[in-house]
This record gives sequence, structure tokens and C-alpha cells, in this order.
Amino acid sequence: MDQQTNDLIKSEIENNDVCLFMKGTPDAPQCGFSMATSNILKVLEVNFKSVNVLENQNLREGIKVFSDWPTIPQLYIKNEFIGGCDIIKEMYENGELVKLLQTKGINFKNKN
Amino acid sequence: MAMDLKEIEKFIKEAMPDAIVEIQDLAGDGNHYSATVTSSQFSGKSKIEQHKMVYNSLKGRMGNELHALAIKTKES
Repeated sequence: MDQQTNDLIKSEIENNDVCLFMKGTPDAPQCGFSMATSNILKVLEVNFKSVNVLENQNLREGIKVFSDWPTIPQLYIKNEFIGGCDIIKEMYENGELVKLLQTKGINFKNKN
Repeated sequence: MAMDLKEIEKFIKEAMPDAIVEIQDLAGDGNHYSATVTSSQFSGKSKIEQHKMVYNSLKGRMGNELHALAIKTKES
């Protein structure tokens, strides 16, 4: 990965408490897994930054190297890699995601 | 490119011999799968580490030959 891409990823996850690297955008997701993950954040009304990896091929490959994780989407909260779609879905369903947001001091709306 | 269901199971079992692997071809196109993997080797590991173990067993195929594999891991 080139330095520029590495710096770009770092600046996104350092400057945004909740940062989702995805294919497409929350309003127009280009992949079912990206859609599912961004929908969970939307339901919880979490304010998040989304980064569309399809707009930048270096980023699309670089984010996989950065996190040592082969798939997209990837969710970062407070500079920490939390997981991909399967993990986020599971955490949402078993209540761990809400707990994590609380622990990290992220605002959200808990409808339960 | 696509990957056969049996092939996926074989790779996971090679890396985790005690694993119980259930794979579903979600779309019937040999390209979108879900796998539930149960293994004692997951014990004490975070979800991220557990999923990485499954990805690693596929030796770089994830994201290449294999486009979509939803993973669920369970400790046995």
C-alpha cells in the first residue's frame, strides 16, 4: 500500500468516531453486505462517516491490507476495527453493538 | 469466478480438523455462500480473530475467487 493511501485511511478513522468503509454510499449501496451494515447504523441513528471504496481503487485494496481483513465493508469505531458485516450483524442482534457504542461514548437511539 | 461448496469445506477442515462446517449456497450461483463453523479452536479468541481464522484457511481466495461468504463462528 502506498503512503498516501495509508495516510488517507488513518486520517478517516482518526477524524471520524464512527467510520464505515463500504461499496457505494448509505443511500445507494452497491453491495448487500455494505447495505446491511450501513442500515444497522441508520436504524441506531448513529452519526457515521462513510467512505466509498469504489471511488478509489488504492483505497479498496489498501483497507484490506490495513486491517488484515479481506472483505468490505469494514467498520471502525474510535480508531478501532470492529468487524465486517457478519460481526456487526451478530453484535447488533445480541446487543453487543449497543453496549460497545455506550462504552465508546457514541450517541445512538436505542429503540428497545 | 466461482468456488465449489465442497472445496470451501475442505479448506476450512484442513485448517481446523475438528470443525463442524455447514455451508449454504445462498443464491445457487456458486458465488454467494454462508458458512457456519463450529470449532474448539475458537475458544478464547475474539470474533475478529475467529473470522480471520476462517479467512486464512481459504488461503487468499476470499475476496478473489470467492466473492461472498457470510461467516458465523461458534465455539464447541
